[in-house]
Parts: sequence; structure tokens; C-alpha cells
Amino acid sequence: MSVIYILITVSIIVAIVFFTLFVKAVKTGQYDDSYTPSVRMLFEDELVKENNKQTKNK
Amino acid sequence: MESNCYHCGNPCEEDTIVHDGKSFCCNGCKTVYEIFSENELTCYYDLTQNPGATPNEIAGKYDFLDQPSIAEKLLEFDDEHVQIVTLYIPHIHCSSCIWLLENLQKLQTEVSSSIVNFPKKTVRITYNSEAISLKEIVLLLCRIGYEPYISLEDYENGKKPIDRSLIYKLGVAGFAFGNVMLLSFPEYFEVDEFWLNQYKPMFRWIMFAMSLPVVFYAANDYFITAFKGIRSKFLNIDVPIALGISVLFIRSVFEIITEAGPGFLDSLTGLVFFLLLGKFFQQKTYNFLSFERDYKSYFPIGITKINLDGTEETVQVYDIEKGDRLLIRNEELIPVDGILIKGDAQIDYSFVTGEADAVTKQSGDKIFAGGKQTHGAIEMEALKSVSQSYLTQLWSNDVFNKNKDESFKNITDSISKYFTIAILLIAIISGLVWYFVSPEKAWNVVTAILIIACPCALALSAPFTMGNLLRILGKKKCYLKNANVLEQLAKIDTIIFDKTGTITAGNKMELSYEGVTISNEEEVLLKNTLRNSNHPLSRQLYSILKANNIVTLDSFEEHTGKGMEATFQNNSIKVGSSSFVGNATATETLKTAVHISTNNHYKGKYIFKNTYREGIPELFQELSSRYDISILSGDNESEKETLQHLLPNAVELHFNQKPSDKLEHIKTLQEKGKNVLMIGDGLNDAGALKQSNVGIAIAENVNVFSPACDAILDASKVKELAAYMKLSKTSIKIIKTSFILSFIYNIIGLSFAISGELSPVVAAILMPLSSISIVAFVTVATNMFGKNLK
Repeated sequence: MSVIYILITVSIIVAIVFFTLFVKAVKTGQYDDSYTPSVRMLFEDELVKENNKQTKNK
Repeated sequence: MESNCYHCGNPCEEDTIVHDGKSFCCNGCKTVYEIFSENELTCYYDLTQNPGATPNEIAGKYDFLDQPSIAEKLLEFDDEHVQIVTLYIPHIHCSSCIWLLENLQKLQTEVSSSIVNFPKKTVRITYNSEAISLKEIVLLLCRIGYEPYISLEDYENGKKPIDRSLIYKLGVAGFAFGNVMLLSFPEYFEVDEFWLNQYKPMFRWIMFAMSLPVVFYAANDYFITAFKGIRSKFLNIDVPIALGISVLFIRSVFEIITEAGPGFLDSLTGLVFFLLLGKFFQQKTYNFLSFERDYKSYFPIGITKINLDGTEETVQVYDIEKGDRLLIRNEELIPVDGILIKGDAQIDYSFVTGEADAVTKQSGDKIFAGGKQTHGAIEMEALKSVSQSYLTQLWSNDVFNKNKDESFKNITDSISKYFTIAILLIAIISGLVWYFVSPEKAWNVVTAILIIACPCALALSAPFTMGNLLRILGKKKCYLKNANVLEQLAKIDTIIFDKTGTITAGNKMELSYEGVTISNEEEVLLKNTLRNSNHPLSRQLYSILKANNIVTLDSFEEHTGKGMEATFQNNSIKVGSSSFVGNATATETLKTAVHISTNNHYKGKYIFKNTYREGIPELFQELSSRYDISILSGDNESEKETLQHLLPNAVELHFNQKPSDKLEHIKTLQEKGKNVLMIGDGLNDAGALKQSNVGIAIAENVNVFSPACDAILDASKVKELAAYMKLSKTSIKIIKTSFILSFIYNIIGLSFAISGELSPVVAAILMPLSSISIVAFVTVATNMFGKNLK
């Protein structure tokens, strides 16, 4: 028939996959707090630095 | 040496402790530092300067957490080995706090994870319940200066489910909007190509499938509120919106089935998406603030009861019965009315009255619920149960069952009545006209009118204006409960202030001395006498007096409720009430004063005066030209003259007002048709705040105590009140201007519709264009006016 049916099906499936990912993200609470993660992200470096210090001390 | 504490940032006074090359203001702060440095957590101090808080005395305070029945209500998850608890910690305020609390497992290995929610100021702790108890977790937090706030409210409410439906709806609408827009692209350009024509029906049916969840799920709130509005014979803004959505949907389905055209599904999904976006924008609330507090959020959950055989037991406050013997520790709240049996009671009623001075009581005296014991432990006998106490009975007043928002008709809704009627009239008239001109077009015209008139821009302008202003004010530490408050604020014509704690600074006192000058020697004696006393007035006087050599007194005796006497070398001193020191000429009794006599000669008195907040006279001056102002104070008239001197003449002053008097006063004003703004603090204003059109609570620390209200204003911003009131009026002007703009769009759209020329592409351009330009206009305008705020 036509390739357009396949394309449409694929694109809708992709769209639905993204949509379910969004719903999952909301469900796990990712949208409940949009501030703390932005700060938390910056701490990762601090933690690593400190761990290094500890290993050096030992 | 003048320096700031390395831990909490408070200035270090006389007894600075130097440890590890850093100075600390007290032992508590030093201990916290030691805990952190032992556990390699000093990174805490690198992120923010002086982030800590001094740990409070907590012995015995959290014993009630050992009761399984109480702990169970607080826990979020409870398994054999694992427990999860979410605690509200008011002190969370900077990135150091987040870092430290999320590294709790370094301090206590039994904690497996802790996650901070910064906007809500909560921490969710998962721990091994076999190795550590909830109480130990709480005590650990207290030890490092992060004392959680656990109140009766937590106990009653348990866990609140989070409502995330708006985000889902926004997601659904956005998803459908984007895809439908893409699928309608070929239609926009009216390309007459064979292959596109071939697949047109399929594209249309896919669009139809995608619009179904938008109409029946994402937009269902509009249908529900519109239905509710009609049932109560009130045309709110959701009526024309619901009408527009349903007409859009029905006509689109009709066109798709008859293959007459592509319908307006792109406009439909776009409309719903923008409307929900507006709602989302307005929904911003301050998670960490509570506007619905009653006495329950002040009261502790558990209290220590002394059994007949002398054993102590923790009981829940609701289980307190008349005749029970209770132990109230230092800094604990008295939960019920009762009689003092044993101990030195210094009761601070500031939650109840806003009055900062502690009251001294003797055994046999009646003490009331809501007071806080500030000096050692006392024993009392309960006379009533919790819900029957004087303070808690205030909440049985009808005012507390009314919902202010429901009775208020906002600006959008009041305009929508005329709007809906006008649109329906236009639709009917042009439908009739077209019916006679060319009947086959009448259906098209009527539906086109209802579609294009759907008041998307109209419905968006208020949420975006209010939402943005709420955010701007929030940055200035003025937290409004919701958008309606801002509108109400613009209508205010009468302002009522509480005195103590509102226009006076709650904890600052001004001191003046009247009488014979006292010699240096006497001042040393006085200061050393005061040093031995824990009475709040003594502490304040002590911190103000300059003399500094510390001597050991030869004798010292404190007479509860009267004063104290002391001797040193050959001098004796008496400090206390007028009669106690032997003052023959008892004159003014209204003012708070400490009298002094040495060697049985009356010397004079120190008078404590409230200090008024900075900028109060200027604020009143500015407000009095536009509003009726009065002051309702629960205190006696001692400050009347000062106030009359300080404030403009138009300000009415009322003294000796009981909480219920304040409420009644506002009621009478409202019956006269006034819109009343009440500004207060303390639980004694709770009734008045609730009764008023807008109640603003002044809070020294916005995280801790404030009664139920419509807005919370940080104490340092009281002087800016006039500017905020002005901004609320400006906001109404902005909304009205944007209404005019959206009417212009509607008229343009209607001219297309009435002439029967509305094509899907015109609708698809006009509808988002009007919405976006309105949103841009109000956002720019509010930001411009918001910039002028201090």
C-alpha cells in the first residue's frame, strides 16, 4: 500500500512512548519539587572532592 | 572581642568560646561544629556562611514519640525493618541545609537515605527501624540544630495525597496540541495534491482520536464548574469556555464525518492547553507556608501526665481529662486550662495575646491553654479538656466554618455574565439573519461565532496577572494565599491594625529610667542581682545595663511574683514590684516597670516601653489619606498618648479589646458596607483575621507561627504595606486593560464569523495569537510595576 501508514504508526508509537515516560515521571514525584534537584546536582562535586580528601588522609 | 559565631552567624557576646581557631557564641553551636568536624562534614560551612542554628534544649520534649500509637500516625511507611518519615524542619533555608540533611547517613549509619524538599522545607528520612527509633532520629536532628516541627495537626491529618492531576492534564493537552497541529499542516496550505487528498480522512480521524482525551479528560474541570455555575444560576467564565469547547468539538466531528472540512481540532486542543497553562501558572502556592492554621498546629501531640502513684507517663493531649496532673517542662505549651500546683510559673502568652512579657503565676492560680512555660518545670491540674478550653473555644465561632473564597465573585466572573449574554444574543441574531439570507450557511455562522467568541484571552488575563504579581510579592516576603486575595485587597477601604506585635516589635523593648540617679556601686549590685534571676524582665534589664564587674553576692533571695533582694558587703538592694520595694507613692500602674530600692531607700524605676516598628508613622500618614484606619489593642491604655502623638489624628484607637470584641468590631463595620483589612498577629487575632475581607498576619519568622489568614507578611516589610496595597489596585487596572484588548480580538474574530468567512486556518492563527499577546502584555506590565517595589 503505502509507506505512510508505517510512518504514521511508528511516529504515533514514539509519541506514546514519550507520553508514558512523562506520566511515569509525574507519578514518581519528579514534578513535586522542581527546586531541590537543581541545588543537589551541584553537590556531587563537593562530595567527590571530600572523598578524595579522605582517601588522601588515610 | 566582637565577632560573629562561625556556626550560626549571631554576634558573639561576653562569653565567646574559641575552638579550633573559630569563635562560637555558645556551647550549643560549638557542639554542633564538633559533631560535624568529627564526621568530616565541615563542607557544610563552605557552601554558605554561618548556616547553622543553635540547638535548643530538648530534654524530654519528644518522649511522646516512643508511644507506638503516636509514632504510627506520623510514619509514612512502616515495615519490619524499614520506616520512612517526612519531617517539617523550619530551619531549612540554604544549600548548606540541603547538603547536610542529605548526608545524614554519615552521622548515623542506620539512616539509609534522606531527601530534602526545599520549597516545602521537609526532609524524608528512610531508616532501619530495628537499629534506631523515630525518637532518636528526631533527637539527632535537634542535636545538629535542625529541630523538626511536630504538632497536633500532623497527628490529625496524617498523610495528604498529592494532587497531580493538573500536570497530567497539561501533559495530555500539550501532547495532543502538538500532534494535531502537525497533522493539520497540509490543510492549512490547502495543497491540492492527489496523495494528500487520498490520506486526508485518515489524518482527520487521527486528529479526532487525539482530541478525545483533551475534551473528556483535560477539559473536564471547565464543564464541571460551568455546570455548577448554571445550577446555582450564575454565569461564571467557565460557561462560555465550556460552550466554546463543546461547539468546537461537535462542529469538528460533524465536519469530519461529512467530509466537509478538517474541523477546528487544532484550535480546540490549543485552547485547552493555553487555559490549563494559565491555571498552572496561577496555582503557584507557597508550599512551606500554611494559611489554614488553627490551634492544632500550635499544640504538642503528647504531654507528660503524672499518675497517682507518682510515675510519669506520656499521653496524647486529646486523652487529657479533667483532674489529670500534668507536667509542663520548660518551653512547653500548656494544652488545657488548669490550676498551677507546683513550680515557678513564668507563662508567656504571646501566641495568644501577642504580648511578649511573661506572666508570673503562683500555685493555686488559674493558667490558660496556649501559654508557654518559660522557666523550669511546673505541675498543673487540668480543669477542662482540650476542646473546651478558653482558647480553643474561639474556634467554635461560626466564622471558622465559612469559606471566604466561595462568597467572593472575582473580576473575570463578574464580567463573564454580560459577555455570555452578549455572545448568545449575537449568535442568535446573526443565525436568524443568515437563516433568511441563505439557510444552509446559518449553522456554520452560529457555530463559528460561538467558537471564535470563546473567551480564551479573557480567561487568561486575570490568572497571568495575578499569578505573576503573587510571585513578585512573594519575593518581597509578602505571601498571599491566592489570586482572589489580591483582588480583595484592591477593594479595601478600612484598615484595622492590632497593636502589640503588629505595629510594635514583639521582642524589642525600650527602657527608660525615672528617679534618683543610681551610683556606680549600686549599678554593679543591681546588675549582679539581676544576673541571678530568670524573670524575663530581669533578663532584659540585665542585657541593657552597662556595669560589668561580676561579684559574688553575700545573699540573694527571690520572691516569686514580687521581686528579689540581695546584699553585698554593706549594701542591700530590692528589685521588683512597686509595693515590694516599699514605694510609698504608687502612681502609674499601667506601665510595665521594675522598681529599685537600696538600703530601704526608694530609688526609682526602669520603665519598659514597646518600640514601634520602623516607618510606622510614615506608613500611617500615607494610608490615612486613602483609608479609614483604626487600632484595636488587647492592652490597656498606657500607650494611648504615645500613639496619638505618633499617628495622624484620623486614626481611631480602641483599647482593652478581647478577641471576640475584635471580631464583632469588624462585623459591624462590614454590615455598614465596609471592606475591612485586618492586620494582626497572635492567636487572639485569629477570629478577626478570619472575619475580615482580607486578613494579613505579621510574622517575625514566616516559617513558624502565624494564625489562619489570607496573607502572611514578613515583619520587616510592614512599612511597605502602602506600596503593596497600591500594587493591588494597579493589578486590577492591568486586568481591565487586557480585557479591552481581548474584546478587540473578539470583535475582529466575530466580524469573520458573522460574515461566514471563518476558515480553520484563521481560527488557528487568531486564537493562539490573542492568547499569547494577552499573556505577554500582562506579564510585561506586571513586571514593570513590580520593579518599583522595595
